[in-house]
Amino acid sequence: MEVMILAGGLSHERDVSLRSGRRVFDALRDLGDNVTLHDVDSSLIPALHSRPIDVVWPIVHGASGEDGSLQGLLEMLGVPYVGTAAKEARVAWVKPVAKSVLGRAGIATPDFVTLPQSLFREVGAEQVLGAISSHFGLPVVVKPARGGSALGVTLVTRPEDLAHALVHCFAYGDIALIERAVSGIEVAVAVLGEGDDARTLPAVEIVCDGPYDYDARYNPGRVEYFAPARLTELQADAVERAVLASHRELGLRDLSRIDVIIAEDGTVNVIDINVAPGLTEVSLFPQAVAAAGLDLGQLYREILSRAAARGAA
Amino acid sequence: MNESTPDVPRTAEGTRLDPWFDAYAARAHRMRASEIRALFAVASRPEVVSLAGGMPYIGGLPLGDIGEMMRRIVTERGEVALQYGSGQGDEQLREQITQVMALEGINAHPDDVVVTTGSQQGLDIVTNIFIDPGDVIVAEAPSYVGALGVFRAREADVVHVAMDAEGLIPAALEETLVSLKAAGRRVKFLYTVPNYHNPAGVTLSAERRPQIVDICHRHNVLILEDNPYGLLGFDREPMPALRSLSPEGVIYLGSFSKTFAPGYRVGWALAPHAVREKLVLASEAAILSPSNMSQMAISSYLDHFDWQGQIKAFREQYRERRDAMITSLQEYIPSATWNVPDGGFYVWVKLPEGLDSKSMLPRAVTARVAYVAGTAFFTDGSGADHMRLSYCYPTPERIREGVKRLATVVDAELETVRIFGAAATTSEISVDFPSPDLA
Repeated sequence: MEVMILAGGLSHERDVSLRSGRRVFDALRDLGDNVTLHDVDSSLIPALHSRPIDVVWPIVHGASGEDGSLQGLLEMLGVPYVGTAAKEARVAWVKPVAKSVLGRAGIATPDFVTLPQSLFREVGAEQVLGAISSHFGLPVVVKPARGGSALGVTLVTRPEDLAHALVHCFAYGDIALIERAVSGIEVAVAVLGEGDDARTLPAVEIVCDGPYDYDARYNPGRVEYFAPARLTELQADAVERAVLASHRELGLRDLSRIDVIIAEDGTVNVIDINVAPGLTEVSLFPQAVAAAGLDLGQLYREILSRAAARGAA
Repeated sequence: MNESTPDVPRTAEGTRLDPWFDAYAARAHRMRASEIRALFAVASRPEVVSLAGGMPYIGGLPLGDIGEMMRRIVTERGEVALQYGSGQGDEQLREQITQVMALEGINAHPDDVVVTTGSQQGLDIVTNIFIDPGDVIVAEAPSYVGALGVFRAREADVVHVAMDAEGLIPAALEETLVSLKAAGRRVKFLYTVPNYHNPAGVTLSAERRPQIVDICHRHNVLILEDNPYGLLGFDREPMPALRSLSPEGVIYLGSFSKTFAPGYRVGWALAPHAVREKLVLASEAAILSPSNMSQMAISSYLDHFDWQGQIKAFREQYRERRDAMITSLQEYIPSATWNVPDGGFYVWVKLPEGLDSKSMLPRAVTARVAYVAGTAFFTDGSGADHMRLSYCYPTPERIREGVKRLATVVDAELETVRIFGAAATTSEISVDFPSPDLA
């Protein structure tokens, strides 16, 4: 199988993407596969045309890698690829749209509002901030409507920090998503496959000394992980139902990682959808694979084989 | 469901993905993976105009001739070049280094020179032999990020002293040393980059040099003089080094990274005799010996090439780039203020009121331009109102394009300040360092 892994790109998450791509490349190369690693740049299309490629795995985090752009390009070029198709990726990438889709399907996600920076200018920042505080109370989570790796994300616990959180968010994009903070057991669930054949891997529970920010994610030590998560059977079943429903409702394909919080009343709140989950040595998806007793390289090869067999979209 | 065991108890063991978590020194636990540092992964892409890195422009070097030089080193002296050497460094090179230093008024003996793996290693071994945790190092405000990293690693307490257009302010230094002494603090040395300062771009005036030396002498404070840019002034002869004014009171660090090329990793420390002995021991413990190959390359270059002519060529290249930077700032970001350096690599830009250079970085990445936020050059979280722009590496055209892109970022941030107020745009106070290649 001739495989090309795409990693890097020009987003804020380039560093994570390069690390993810490298790990997958190494795992496949160790199995003796014919695999190349390529950045998303002006040499990509010539490289795709230079030799027959059976399948491409785009491991580009952030925009262009997760918003359907890269997928759309590969579809135009007739190249089979791993992951969610372009149209579905576009929906999943924009958090408020994905949340609305899930909400309509009866899947719980925290109450939220989406506000562009321009609204604060037009209506007056102070008034909008007041409306946010009145409606949601505190704490709230402020995050870019499009983004990952916790970039631009702030858990706001004091009213005087709300403006700063929005400014921090707008540095990454001009639309903010503000949602009610849910406290509870935080777990990440890896999903494989699509549709009725989709299945979950053991949930990974995240316990962090402070916010689960960029440092917590990528600097080993601050976070304690439990894989499998420390859940009752009831909780585990509820998580599986919510995650599979989300994966299917959004039309995700091959692999995803869906983050949820189990509230005290048992409600499973879907927090985040990732169609190109991190695959670094400290990422959650590989931890789930290990908890399932699977070999990472073999799993990656299976994912690639399935995508190759599917052919170009 | 998956095959996981139901009812995993809350008492189950977790993992931190780091089996050595409990073994680290306390200082290691304070190290943070910075999202700012991660953003610089983008800076290497050609689509991004990087005004961040301090990489010299070496495109004008006679690479063919240098290649031939390297070939001859290996074929004619390979058994020496590829072998371990002296811990203090090659004797012939040390002799040549004294001739280089003579251009800045330094009269030195080769025995007092220690060849290091870049002047960065010189910083490390000096800090190693002088600093205990909690000792004070006095440094300019701002100061070189590579030095601050070394000082932090040795758990020094860095106290900044103000500069102005003429460099370190003597009165401010005096006041700081008096105040520290009164508080019972032990100041081990003053760290200074007196010429074409990184990042501030200023040069310590001739008038202030003996004043600084005198102040440190009276307070029994050693001076660590770091001088990579001294020969890269555009319009004047090199200033007399502090070392030339006080051979026993100054440790001088020099480098070939900017006057020739950084890839060889050759610098040096010139120290009083007793200090030099300890530096050699510290260097040997860290690296055994500096690279013979690199030393022989530098030595051969100094012998057979017009290295002073090359420095002149570098000066003109950097002058052209400096001019492109300044005219672009005037055209595109007139609301900012900046120094006009007369040598070296950097412009230190003060942003319009209310802007935060660290908070702006993600937006700059989106706009495909990179710079180093001013906070990187302080240990106390200051500097958010400044940014360092490097003109050493990009072409004048790229510099203009970069500043133009930066202007859109500044405008967008000013809009944010108008909407939310200046307080909301201030980044949290945290110590944050870019990766070494941006130093």
